[in-house]
Amino acid sequence: MTDAIVARGLVKKYKDVTALDGVDLVVPTGSVLGLLGPNGAGKTTTVRILTTLLRPDAGSAEVAGVDVLARPSAVRRKIGLSGQYAAVDEYLTGYENLEMVGRLYHLGRKRAQARARELLASFRLEDAADRPARTYSGGMRRRLDLAGALVADPPVLFLDEPTTGLDPRGRTDMWDVIQTLAKGGTTVMLTTQYLEEADLLADEIVVIDHGRVIAQGTSDELKRQVGGERLELVVQDATRLARAREVLEPLGVGTPTVDEGRRAFVMPVSGGPEVLSEALRRLEAEQIGLDDVGLRRPTLDDVFLALTGRATQEDENDQLETSGARR
Amino acid sequence: MSALTVLSDANVVAKRNIIKIKRVPDLLVFTTLSPIMFVLLFAYVFGGAISVPGGDADPELYREYLMAGIFAQTVIFGATITGAGLAEDVKKGIIDRFRSLPMAPSAVLTGRTLSDVVNNVLVLIVMSLTGLLVGWRIHTSFWEAAGGYLLLILFAYSISWVFAWIGMLVPSPEVVNNASFIVIFPLTFIANTFVPLESLPGPLRTIAEWNPVSTVTQAARELFGNIPPGTPKPTGWPLQHPELYTSIWVLVFLVVFVPVANAQYRHSTSR
Ligand SMILES: Nc1ncnc2c1ncn2[C@@H]1O[C@H](COP(=O)(O)OP(=O)(O)O)[C@@H](O)[C@H]1O
Ligand SMILES: [Mg+2]
Repeated sequence: MTDAIVARGLVKKYKDVTALDGVDLVVPTGSVLGLLGPNGAGKTTTVRILTTLLRPDAGSAEVAGVDVLARPSAVRRKIGLSGQYAAVDEYLTGYENLEMVGRLYHLGRKRAQARARELLASFRLEDAADRPARTYSGGMRRRLDLAGALVADPPVLFLDEPTTGLDPRGRTDMWDVIQTLAKGGTTVMLTTQYLEEADLLADEIVVIDHGRVIAQGTSDELKRQVGGERLELVVQDATRLARAREVLEPLGVGTPTVDEGRRAFVMPVSGGPEVLSEALRRLEAEQIGLDDVGLRRPTLDDVFLALTGRATQEDENDQLETSGARR
Repeated sequence: MSALTVLSDANVVAKRNIIKIKRVPDLLVFTTLSPIMFVLLFAYVFGGAISVPGGDADPELYREYLMAGIFAQTVIFGATITGAGLAEDVKKGIIDRFRSLPMAPSAVLTGRTLSDVVNNVLVLIVMSLTGLLVGWRIHTSFWEAAGGYLLLILFAYSISWVFAWIGMLVPSPEVVNNASFIVIFPLTFIANTFVPLESLPGPLRTIAEWNPVSTVTQAARELFGNIPPGTPKPTGWPLQHPELYTSIWVLVFLVVFVPVANAQYRHSTSR
């Protein structure tokens, strides 16, 4: 099997920021790559370079076997892009948006029109087809934008944070679409801030931070590094935390973290429910009262903690951006 | 990329912009509202105090004299829409979408400037009707009048390309709007648009004589037959050959700014 996307040593600097500091990537044809990283990691910059929108300061890349720097227009014929912010024309209707894109892919008028109708139907936008996109919800815009990327049935698809800012329904819809495309043999590179999403959709995950690849592998491989699920609990009395740690530590598969202020205890575990009930039994025996307890799946933060020994720095920004997008 | 592809892609882009003119008619209303106010102000408030070159202050003669100046100012402001429109497309990511498609790169700006011509034609129709209402008339042949309109449109088209470059350079439509107002407003006033040049003090008068806004106005005035009888021959080479001098500016603007704007489109990035 050949590789649909190959990037070697991509570097991109802005005045005082190094957005990419030597990124290498390989995506085999027909597979899905999840590019995972916090805000500012360099995900968008990578996508923009691979889709010919931005020239790197150093490095090279090939998409669908074509050199991105040497033959950008040949690359554009083989790719579809749905950027981080939906690039739909608000004044055009959904139909007009897609027809325009089809004409600009040089499908010809008839074919462009038929394709527009077809895509509107498969993205559940038929009812809104003849309304200006200004009236669309965030999820509908996102779907229209993705439909635009699919007009010419491109063999390689780039999706930059396709679910950021969507409500849960919109998110699962988008997941379905991406899974269908992947099954149909399209090579997909998607970026995300959520491990859960990369886990569900991607064959292979590349984790980047500060413009560098810090880990890569299948989701299972990564999770093994991170340690799968977490047991998380909040005790009623902070003075009992040390004792709780003593009795629980043998149940874990990694070092627990203890937060005195929040009276919280977090520990990587494997074995899920059995570990949970054993933990509860032990705490009961010690008569340590709980305010909260549960198992949770690892988040990007846990991956980061495990890989770099520090939490993602951009947490506050993340939250600001998400709430901004929901407005 | 063949010339045919460029044209057909430009046509697709232009069509998209024209749909916007149709869906957001406020845009057209606002580009014509202020010149209509200008017509009324100058025709009925200041007009009585401004004497046209040929004679004394005659409000009727002045209204005929005024319209070519209004046309020139209006189409020039119409041309600035190119810049604001492109800056908005950059900001909204539409330009990124275009740049990721296998279309002819030059089609984006070509389509934009062409649709702004359509906008300016509509604007000229509205302003001509306004002119007719206040007593302006064309006194020449059909072909001369057509020549006058054509020159106005061509002049605005060449300025559109200057603004295409600015629109790709400056990342916000508001900045483009404010900047163009600051530059264009004095340019259209230090000219013969509203008052005869004879009334301007020395150095300003020289600037005005070489200002292409003056010559395009002068050309339109001549071609519409709106020069009051008995007007002395204008001073300065540009105003004596207004069609030629204006055409030179049109060519210079196009030769310089078509490539410069397109290069900026290819190399600039939105964020
Ligand atoms: N046009 C730009 N000018 C200056 N800095 C930029 C520009 N684009 C991106 N950056 C910086 O490069 C880094 C990577 O950005 P980006 O690729 O957008 O990250 P991500 O998509 O992972 O959030 C960030 O620090 C960002 O601030
Ligand atoms: Mg991004």
